[in-house]
Amino acid sequence: MQVVVDLTRCQGYAQCVFLAPEVFHLHGEEALLYDPAVPDDQFERVREAAAACPVQAILLGEEVGSGGR
Amino acid sequence: MAGDPREGRIVVVGASLAGLRAAETLREQGFVGSLTVVGDEPHPPYDRPPLSKQVLLGHAAADGTGLPMRRDPDAEWRLGVPATGLDPLRKRVLLADGEWLPYDRLLIATGTRARPWPNPEEAVLDGVFTLRTCDDAGRLAERLAAGPRRVLVIGGGFTGSEIASACRERGLEVTVTERGPAPLVGALGGTLSKLAAGVQRAHGVDLRCGVTVTALRGDGMGRFVGADLSDGARVEADVCVVALGAVRNVEWLADAGLAAGPRGVACDAGCRAFDMYGIVTDDVFVAGDVSRFPHPLFEYQLLSLEHWGNAVAQAEVAAHNMVSPGPLRRPHLSLPSFWSSQFGLNIKSVGVPTFSDQIVLAQGTLEARRLAVVYGYRGRVTAAVTVNMAKSLEYYQHLIETAAPFPPGPGAADRPLAAELTLPSDVPDSKKLSHGPTVALTGHLPDRRLTVVRHA
Repeated sequence: MQVVVDLTRCQGYAQCVFLAPEVFHLHGEEALLYDPAVPDDQFERVREAAAACPVQAILLGEEVGSGGR
Repeated sequence: MAGDPREGRIVVVGASLAGLRAAETLREQGFVGSLTVVGDEPHPPYDRPPLSKQVLLGHAAADGTGLPMRRDPDAEWRLGVPATGLDPLRKRVLLADGEWLPYDRLLIATGTRARPWPNPEEAVLDGVFTLRTCDDAGRLAERLAAGPRRVLVIGGGFTGSEIASACRERGLEVTVTERGPAPLVGALGGTLSKLAAGVQRAHGVDLRCGVTVTALRGDGMGRFVGADLSDGARVEADVCVVALGAVRNVEWLADAGLAAGPRGVACDAGCRAFDMYGIVTDDVFVAGDVSRFPHPLFEYQLLSLEHWGNAVAQAEVAAHNMVSPGPLRRPHLSLPSFWSSQFGLNIKSVGVPTFSDQIVLAQGTLEARRLAVVYGYRGRVTAAVTVNMAKSLEYYQHLIETAAPFPPGPGAADRPLAAELTLPSDVPDSKKLSHGPTVALTGHLPDRRLTVVRHA
């Protein structure tokens, strides 16, 4: 699974950093960095982070070509 | 197809962010016909912003930034095959392998590529890089991980500055050269560019402004060893990253009769491409970095944006309009916005900072590196930039969208005394910069002097 954050929308509330600290972290006070390739054991945490994001900036999904075609 | 616009054959040329989001939106809007997405790179759509940040820091793999799909667009993906021509009369796209792809409607989303170092012999020296693709990022990250003694970054725009930031964070010595007076000056204007210069120097960057690189030097065995600068100085380095901005991928349209040139493909507010006579087409659409489109908040000047958010928003509008009858079509009106993270700072912008004559520091201070600067043009708010103050940006976006008067009235509790003081925005001519601005106003401002350049 892959994750992308719409950083135009992100306002640095950092809920994702608390919920999935192995994937998301803050660089300085409010710049969000993350690993777009989500390990299987982090999938549930990233899904919770996506649901909890106050500005709904996190998208989790399959990349093109990963599922069959 | 004269019938239902949700049927027929659509070809999307460009398989990056705009191409993927357009393909998804076409299906979401009920398109049931055949959909083909053509991409010159062999990789499925991937995200580029991490390439100059997480990937160079070693926190993410260069081949691991694939974009998640919102839904499977049920498309035929023709990856690794660039489009090389367009026949708009017979409505077909020529691919590099000789195949012609017929279409009823076409979306051009071919984006940009890194501007190469102008001297081809110097550009191929081992150790000289550009950064645009995931392959570029993978090679550069590998070289940075090997611990070069010094990295030379040519160009102090966003990409160049982010690369320099990653180098410093990795403990590498780095020199940045910029032809303009300061880094980021083409995007942010004079005042904030001074902050950018101060931040870079405080983080140990050897920043050289007002100079150009005149030659890249090899060791005689084809390996990069340093560069000569226009002020006579010499920089010794093992790695050189050429960050001179982007070139729009329009060459494949040379014989198509469209309004396509170095600044992109011009289109109307509904993303329909213009032909070279300025007549709008109805079956060729444009989205993303390769487009040039009019914006009512900026006097209908054609804007060329290299912004992630614009690629998404414009792809959605283009796709909607490709499958909708005329009166149901929508205009692409979203405000330009971008972000950059470098040296621990989160820099965000909304509006067009270069469309300005004055600025004011509306919140925060330069010293605290936490601030909001508002830009105005002829007494109207046209842009805002925040540094480590992203939550404030939405308020200023509202001011821009409502054409609020500049300088903005009091509102913020942390409004500094400096907010009483407007300063010139000090936006330089982008032709005098090393870095290409990521926002280009491609018309002109009537109160600015135009200079006629006569080539001898």
